[in-house]
Amino acid sequence: MTSAKPFDWRHTPGLSAYTALIFLFFYAPLLILVIYAFNSSRLVTVWAGFSFKWFVAVANNGAIRDAAFNSIIIAIVATIASTAIATAGALALERGRLRFGRSAATALIAMPLVVPEIVVAITTLIFFSGLGMHHGLINLMIAHTVFCIPFALLPIQARLRDMGGTLEEAGRDLYADEWRLFRRVTLPLLVPAISAGAIMAFVVSLDDFLISMMVSSAGSTTLPVYIYGMMRLGVTPEVNAISTILLAVSIVFVAAALLVGRRNKFA
Amino acid sequence: MGPNRTYLLIAPAMLVIGIFMVLPLFLAVAYSFMTANPYGGVTAPATFDAYLQFLYQRDFDDSLVFSPSYALIILRSIYLAIATTGICLVLGLPVAWYIVCQTPERRRVLLFAVTLPFWINTLIRTYCWILILRDEGLANGALRHAGIISDPLPLLYNDGSILLGLVYTFLPFMVLPIYSTLERIDPRLIEAAHDLYASRAAVFRRIVWPLARPGALAGATLVFAPALGSFLAPDLLGGGKKLLIGSLIQMQFTSSRNWPFGAALSTVVTVVVLTVFVIRSRKAQEERR
Repeated sequence: MTSAKPFDWRHTPGLSAYTALIFLFFYAPLLILVIYAFNSSRLVTVWAGFSFKWFVAVANNGAIRDAAFNSIIIAIVATIASTAIATAGALALERGRLRFGRSAATALIAMPLVVPEIVVAITTLIFFSGLGMHHGLINLMIAHTVFCIPFALLPIQARLRDMGGTLEEAGRDLYADEWRLFRRVTLPLLVPAISAGAIMAFVVSLDDFLISMMVSSAGSTTLPVYIYGMMRLGVTPEVNAISTILLAVSIVFVAAALLVGRRNKFA
Repeated sequence: MGPNRTYLLIAPAMLVIGIFMVLPLFLAVAYSFMTANPYGGVTAPATFDAYLQFLYQRDFDDSLVFSPSYALIILRSIYLAIATTGICLVLGLPVAWYIVCQTPERRRVLLFAVTLPFWINTLIRTYCWILILRDEGLANGALRHAGIISDPLPLLYNDGSILLGLVYTFLPFMVLPIYSTLERIDPRLIEAAHDLYASRAAVFRRIVWPLARPGALAGATLVFAPALGSFLAPDLLGGGKKLLIGSLIQMQFTSSRNWPFGAALSTVVTVVVLTVFVIRSRKAQEERR
């Protein structure tokens, strides 16, 4: 530090270069995957020109299409169920009067985030098999709904906390009953957060691998479980292509959730 | 909103998670005291065999022989989870500090860039490292091309590659909580320290680090817990030969068909993880006081 420059604690020498390296660490491997997916050579690491042919091969693969279809059906059901449950839960936690059980409710809702995935996976498997429930897709829909709840709940709860109760109080002063208040004031203000929560739940469900692998049975294979099976057989251009598609879907949805959630900031 | 309606609204969340997540945890505890059914599932009678298996093996004549191989896997998993936490702390703290120092506009972009990997499939993120590290992969190819090596280096399927995969997966979990505590830092503290001739190192040690500690603690729990039970890093980057608890548990429900042992292992993981979280929230409460 020279005396000519005033002290600036916001600037640490070398720190921006270091941070750039960390971001390179985060994103370079993903970029490599995407580049390989467009490589026309079957030998993944030898570049032989740009090509879409592995994406075409993936699109024509019936097993991949079936798995993707399963994944989307499960994600849609889990998203609707978990978002509805999470919206009600967030309203209760932020606007309700919980005389007792608030900390228990908060801890319980955080459980899917706290318990390691492998534990959730095998305990869910034990539970369904103990009950004799072998319903393939339905089992997966239930399991996904459970772990999507906290992801849908967090943005809704944050939004309720941010916007405070003033607008709702104004509505109450104008003699709106509880239902009208919800329909005309709270819900419209919550729509961006509910949409953001729903998109997050959808992404989390679509991406889930471990729980799906343990709970799914023949005929209810999801896309990540199918991709894992392909990966076990070795590195192929098809794996790179389908992984790139799933990667792109996640990024697009998360960016959408961010944009949607940021709208409607006035309250 | 009246209390009745409040409980009605919170009930679905609590029931769904209670029935489909907490109840199965207890069911797994019960299963861990049962006898393995070779076709999957469990049968009577109740035994402690699953827990004895951590340290002993049942010989052909039904006598117990000391065999620490499973205990070693558990210890190795704990060691790798702690190492992951330490590396993430060292790598993540400067990044969090850098983000705090930026303009609000740049902060938003950088935070999005840190959060995004969390939403990308861990399966795919882990697989990317196979592309880089395998014998015909990018790293060995580049080294061979540069003439540094002639035979590929065994970069994959060892503790190092597992550790790399774990750090890669969980680093965002460390940056974000540290960032959120440092964000609230009062710049006047740092300026005052500088006016009193504190060096950069002293500012870090006396001001930044004490303020970052609660975030680092939260980050450490968020990294340690999932790292301890991780499955994909040991499975894909460890090649299934280097087992960790996560892959060992998964095996008991697939190829090994020893559900009680798998349930016992998962019970141990749950107890360790919940203990860590309880200790953390106790400590966080203490620091707030």
